[in-house]
This record gives sequence, structure tokens and C-alpha cells, in this order.
Amino acid sequence: MRQKKGKLNKSLYHLCVCVMGLIMIYPLLWTVASSFKKSSTIYQTVTQLIPKDPTIENYINGWAGFSHTTFGVFIRNTVFVTVIATAGAILSSLMVAYALSRIRFKLRNPLFAMVILTMMLPEQIMMIPQYLWYNKLGWINTYFPLIVPHFFAVSGFFTYVFMNFMNGIPKELDEAARLDGCSKFSMFFHIIVPLTKPAIATVTILSFINRWNDYMSPLLYIKRTPNYTVSIALKLYLDSTSSSDYGAMFAMAVVSLIPLFAIFITMNRYLVDGVATSGIKG
Amino acid sequence: METKHRKKMNMWQKEALTGYFFSLPFIIGLLFFLVVPMFVSLYYSFCDFNILSDAKWIGLKNYTAIFRDNDFYTSLFLTLKFAVLSVPLRLLAALAVALILFRNTKMTPVYRAVFYFPSIVGSSVAIAILWKRLFAADGLINSLFGTRVGWIGNPKTAIWVIIILSVWQFGSSMLLFLAAMKQIPESLYEAAHVDGAGGIRSFFTITIPLLTPTIFFNLVMQSINAFLIFAQAQLITNGGPLKATRFYVLYMYQTSFEFSKAGYGAALGWMIVLVIMLYTLFLFRTKKYWVYEE
Repeated sequence: MRQKKGKLNKSLYHLCVCVMGLIMIYPLLWTVASSFKKSSTIYQTVTQLIPKDPTIENYINGWAGFSHTTFGVFIRNTVFVTVIATAGAILSSLMVAYALSRIRFKLRNPLFAMVILTMMLPEQIMMIPQYLWYNKLGWINTYFPLIVPHFFAVSGFFTYVFMNFMNGIPKELDEAARLDGCSKFSMFFHIIVPLTKPAIATVTILSFINRWNDYMSPLLYIKRTPNYTVSIALKLYLDSTSSSDYGAMFAMAVVSLIPLFAIFITMNRYLVDGVATSGIKG
Repeated sequence: METKHRKKMNMWQKEALTGYFFSLPFIIGLLFFLVVPMFVSLYYSFCDFNILSDAKWIGLKNYTAIFRDNDFYTSLFLTLKFAVLSVPLRLLAALAVALILFRNTKMTPVYRAVFYFPSIVGSSVAIAILWKRLFAADGLINSLFGTRVGWIGNPKTAIWVIIILSVWQFGSSMLLFLAAMKQIPESLYEAAHVDGAGGIRSFFTITIPLLTPTIFFNLVMQSINAFLIFAQAQLITNGGPLKATRFYVLYMYQTSFEFSKAGYGAALGWMIVLVIMLYTLFLFRTKKYWVYEE
């Protein structure tokens, strides 16, 4: 009898959680479903989750893009910025984290304090200062503001994640390597970086997601349609009041979410670890 | 002895040099992308500047103008309202779901992923599009509940559209709570059980007090984020209707880039830094009254 009750409770628990989870992601499912409906019928069939006669017409229309620029170009631009900025962020943050975690030098503590400070500094605060500065440098309408800063470890959070991880690598390893005649440089490349791989995975994912979703920087700095990233291109759909092709808009919104979804499914473990380390993200 | 000493000095110096080499990216980045821009913006905040033509020094006039600017007060109070409403709701949702998902079943990782996913995509333009259509007059919400409310067009409800979007992204806070809950030793609950404390009692006397440091950390970080809400408000409501969702950063953005008053915008930027610092300080002051520390 008791066992039966336990089983019932268990199923009830799972049912409740599933219903809650479904409510959470229902808007997303609805978007995906709507993207396969005929654009003209989306709002007559708003409550239907499964489209009656699914069509890929929206994807074809959406992909055609704006003013002779296809959506493929926007994706290519975004991939370009995302990949290069992420590579720069990883390389520079690894270097700085190594210095702060493993090397004794005078400015180490003040620099660490500055890393923590940049971690607390949201990008919106820097919006106007950086714009004014890049304007002076003539960087408006180039990809420089979207890429170059990331090569200089400006995201204190990534440095912090790496540092946390490196601090967990036993110091005896350094000592042994030093006795074997290993310099601080080769120690970085041959010992520390290979051992930091899990943290590198976490930072890669977080940086990729942040760059991919980035809206503010391209909004401020990218003014020409052929140079648009996906986020700004999607804004065009939102703004264009003349054409109300909701279907195409939904379709391209779904396309823009596919990379995030793919990463989330495959790399979920590293992501959860990253958030558990600190949780600045989101 | 002498030579040995010198050799040692060299080794230390060499190590220090390596240290500076490896931290060079950050030293340059700090100067070039944070400190210098800050000074540039400080300078322009004392100027009349519209980005296109030369800046004209006007002293403190931008700052004195802020205190007479009604839009400044409206947007600041609106932002405060948003933070005070959205952050506690978000943390409450995060805590509640973390408690539900704390139980370890086969499905738990999947559930966690489902509740966390909105945090990943939440800041994207795709979600802004989706949210706008969700709350449109002919959107999903109205159709499901049989209402005909213009959620986005009504000044009273528009802010709630943004608040709900913010609460929807409770997943990352939830993961933090889950991680913190795992740290609580099982023996505490066992001892409480032996002493005759029930589930609800031990929740309020063990779980909650031991979670207060995590709650505090979340509260500070999420409040700062809430003060700086920008992208989603710009995309979904663009400050409207009738400035009902023109949050501070949005006002700052519009002033600088749409009304070309970049000098005034820079001054507004410094004001919000000040406000956030005061607010964070205030939160830290309350810490000793409710945050449990060992």
C-alpha cells in the first residue's frame, strides 16, 4: 500500500514538473510551429501548435533577406565576429589567468582586484564612453569594436573562471616542471593550458552565446546592411511596418536560435559547471 | 655567495617579467578599453557635444540640467520600479523551482536543462520578436485566455511584458541555488529530523538561512542587471507607450544617439553609475541583518 502511494506521488511529481516545463518552453515551441505555417494564416491559427499543412515558404522568403543581402550574409558576418572574438577572449584570458594564478610579481594583487572590478562592470555602463572613444579612433562602421577589445581580456569573468580552475591544479606540478628545466613559458603551453581544457570548453560556450546574442555593439557600430549581424538583421524584421511577413520573421528567428540550441544540447554539462562557478551570466 | 645572490635576484626578476608579459593583454585592455574611454566620457560630460561637430566646453551645465530634467526622474523611478518588481519575482521563481528540482531522479538533468534554456536565449533579438508577438493584441496570450488586451499598447501593462520576460529567465539563478543547496550537509537535516523538526520547519531553519549568502549574491548581481535593462525594452516596446517603459539606459541611448546630445548622455551615464553604487552600498548595509555568515 505504501509502495503504491510512493509510486503515485512520484508520477504526480513528474507530471507537475513536466507541465511547468512545458509552460516555460511553450512560447519557443509556438515560434517554431508558427514558422512552418502559411504567413497569412498564423494569426487565425494562433492556438494551433501543429500546423495543418506545413510549409517551408517562410524560410525561403526570410532567407532572401533585405536590400539584396541574403540572410546567409548576416549569418556569415555573425560567425566571423563570434569566432574571432571568442578566440581572442580565450587566448588573452588564459594568459592573464596564468599570470595571476602562477607567477609572483608586484602588481599581481592590484591586477586581480581590477579583474574583479571589470567583472562587476556591465557593458551598458561602458556604452557611451566606448562609443565616444571608438568614434575618436574612427572605428565606427567597422568590426573593430566588436572584436578587438576581446583580445585584451576585458571580460574579467572569463579570466576569473580560468583562474579558479588553474588554482585547482596542484602547485607541485610547477615545481617538478621547474626542476626539469621547464620555463614559465613552456609550462603555460605544455602543462597548464592542456589541463585547463574543461574550463576552456565552458568559456568557449559562454563567449559564443554572448557574442552570438550581442545586440548593443552591432546596433551602435554597424551601420551598413551588408555588414549587419543576425541580431540587427532580425531587428529590421521587427521594425519594418510596411511588410508584415510574420512567417519569414519567425522563420529567421528560429534560424538564429539553432546554433544556440545545438550548443546547449551538446555542451549542457560545461555550461552548468560554468554557471555554478560564479553565475554572473544571465 | 655574492654571485648566488645575484643569480637569485635575476631569477625573481625574470619571473616578474614573465608575469608582466602574460598580464600584458589585460593591462593594455584595461587602459585602452576601460580607463581611457571613461576619461573621454568624463570630459565630454562637461561639453555640449553632438558627435558630428566639435565639442564645446560648458562646465557643469549638463549636470545641473539633469536635476531639472523631468525625463531623468521618470526614467529613473521607472527603472527602480522594474528592479524592485522583477528581481524578487525572479529570485522567488528560481528558489521555488530549485527546491522542486533538488530531488534526484533520472529525469532531473533534463528538467534542469528545460528551465535553464530561457536564460541562454533570453537576451537574443529572436526572443524579443517572439515576446512581442506573444503579447500582441492578436497574439498567443490573448487567444489562449480569450482576452483582447493590448498588453504592449497599454501604458499600465507594458512594463509587465518586460518584467515577465525577465522572470522567465530565472534559470541561471536557479542553477546557483541548486549548487548552493548541494553544499548543505545532509547531517544537519538528519539532526533536525531526530529533534522532531518536520520538512517545512527544517526548510525555514536550515535551508533558507544557509542559502542567504547565495540569495544576497544573486540579489546584488540581478539588481545591477535590472538597473541597466536596455535591449529587450528597446526592441519590444521601444520605451513606449507614452514613455511607460522608457528605462534609464534607453533614455540615455535615445538622448545620445537619437537626439544627438552625446555630452548630456555621457553625464546621464555617470549619474547611473552613482545610483548603482549607492544602491549596492545600501544592499551591503542590510547584509548584517539577514545574511547568515559562519
